[in-house]
Amino acid sequence: MGDLLLFINFYLIPGIVLGSIYALGAIGVSMVFGILRFAHFAHGDMMTLGAFIAFSAIGWLGVGPILALPFAMIGTIVVTLGIDRVFYKPLREKSTIIVVIASFGVALMLRSLIMVVWGVNTETYSSGISMPLVFLDSFRIAERHIWMMAITIAAMLGIHWTLSKTRIGKAMRAVSDSPELSRLAGISTEKVVQATWIIGAGLAAIGGVFIAWDSQIHANAGWDLILPIFAAAILGGIGKAYGAMAGGMVIGIAEEVSSYPWLGDGPLLSPGYKTGIAFAIMVIMLIWRPSGLFRGRVY
Amino acid sequence: MSDQMIGYSSYLITLLTMVAIYGVMGLGLNLNWGVTGLFNVGIAGFFAIGAYTAAILTTEETGKHIGGFDMPFWVGAIAAMITSAILAWFVGKICIRLRSDYLAIATIGIAEILRLILKNEMWATNGARGISNIPKPFESLGGLAGPLAFLALVVGILIVVYVLLEKGQHSPWGRIMRAIRDNELAARASGKNVERLRLEAFIIGSSIMGLGGALSAHYFKFIGLEATEPLLTTFLIWVMMIVGGSGNNRGVLLGALIIWSLWSMSEMVIQAFSLTGEFAVRVPYMRMFIIGLVLNIVLQKYGQGILPERHPGGKDAQPKR
Repeated sequence: MGDLLLFINFYLIPGIVLGSIYALGAIGVSMVFGILRFAHFAHGDMMTLGAFIAFSAIGWLGVGPILALPFAMIGTIVVTLGIDRVFYKPLREKSTIIVVIASFGVALMLRSLIMVVWGVNTETYSSGISMPLVFLDSFRIAERHIWMMAITIAAMLGIHWTLSKTRIGKAMRAVSDSPELSRLAGISTEKVVQATWIIGAGLAAIGGVFIAWDSQIHANAGWDLILPIFAAAILGGIGKAYGAMAGGMVIGIAEEVSSYPWLGDGPLLSPGYKTGIAFAIMVIMLIWRPSGLFRGRVY
Repeated sequence: MSDQMIGYSSYLITLLTMVAIYGVMGLGLNLNWGVTGLFNVGIAGFFAIGAYTAAILTTEETGKHIGGFDMPFWVGAIAAMITSAILAWFVGKICIRLRSDYLAIATIGIAEILRLILKNEMWATNGARGISNIPKPFESLGGLAGPLAFLALVVGILIVVYVLLEKGQHSPWGRIMRAIRDNELAARASGKNVERLRLEAFIIGSSIMGLGGALSAHYFKFIGLEATEPLLTTFLIWVMMIVGGSGNNRGVLLGALIIWSLWSMSEMVIQAFSLTGEFAVRVPYMRMFIIGLVLNIVLQKYGQGILPERHPGGKDAQPKR
């Protein structure tokens, strides 16, 4: 097997899959930051919730991960709208930093509920080992990875269509660009906020299911996702959905590719430090260009 | 003294020692957030670097991790403050000029990176097994006298930190900090170097958190990865400050007392129910839920906390937050 194929099979494709997961989380974080103007630190735990709802659907109904997706999305969206109603809405008139603190409280509550309902063990969707599909003798790709990439592309096309063609999507972009002007134009901020949560929670659930489907899920997984997801949102530019997609992809691929033996025989960066890549990229962006690649907002 | 009395006393000493250690870190956070408005969510990181610095400097040679310097307690404590201050300078230099949300993300980031380093660099930190046999001051006194003397030491440090911070906050320096928090533009317009002052507050507050880490390492005689998890340090201290009253040092100490008492007593309540099976493993995690809920209730209903901040200009001078 050539070096290039080895690189594609074991570094690039896992990187694209990881990038899809980060992108699905980062779009929500970036849109919430752009429209509700606060950093939502419970976003990773929403992804964990989606993963565990799908876990139950798979266990009870015997469906596969793809058919479990709608359950995960609806469940996560309902819980998220409830959280917004009970914990974030009463704080709307206060300084947004208060809502950030509230989101830390919500993250703790979500995580502990997940631990009480689903336990603290690491879970997987299936116990068997699936053989990867082989093309042209040496290009190997797991079937689930094809599904994940296809679903991610479909989700992103859906976001693109919503933001550019529908009334609510246009309203969302308007509120993100200028809340005062859009209020003057008669746009209902509350509706836009709800739409933001629905999209953010739906995508987060998909991302969460992908994590569990690709490897495994445990109750603390959401916390580990916070850093790369925010790094992706900042890299892309806060408030820019397309930026978040690109940012997530860049960080996911960079994390996987960083352990390729670029120089010599050993991995360039010890796999234990993968997460450090996201942090390094974020620090560079904050110094060099806080508005991100897609010229988002700097607060 | 009967055995039961000794049991109660030793429980009380344990509780108060923990409250005092959390109190020290809470005071550091209060200078960051309560007074200056700096959103530091990386307490666990500053705690960890302080704790490991103290542990490495004060332990005897073991071969499992770097160290073997066998230094006295106070050298470790001061070094812990210096290393956490250097870390804070690095983080602050990068993102102190941006809005608080970015500082929050960056501080979380640095705390997580530190955890990665502590976990992976086995040669220096003994990895997940942590550093043990950290000397505990006054331990040789034995009985109740040893823990009591250690409590006195921690409370003494707490009082020194409290008095210095109160002095600082009521000086012109502290008033500028509040001014920056409440109206940055006005502070800038009156010629204050906002970035520099913020950085000062961030570094001082973070080094106090590092001191807290050193105290904790000496108290438990052990520092491992589990102690650096954000739940037990970062979040609990945030809740203590918000519940007690951010901006008010006495409020923060009261918050530390209330929240830590709740936290440690809820453990006993759960044990008293003597649950069995799978459920017994899960129910303790409800504590986390309660802490999150208390935080949200206080934010919504009692935004100022139990002891609200006292403003130098009286009630009319109170800014809207």
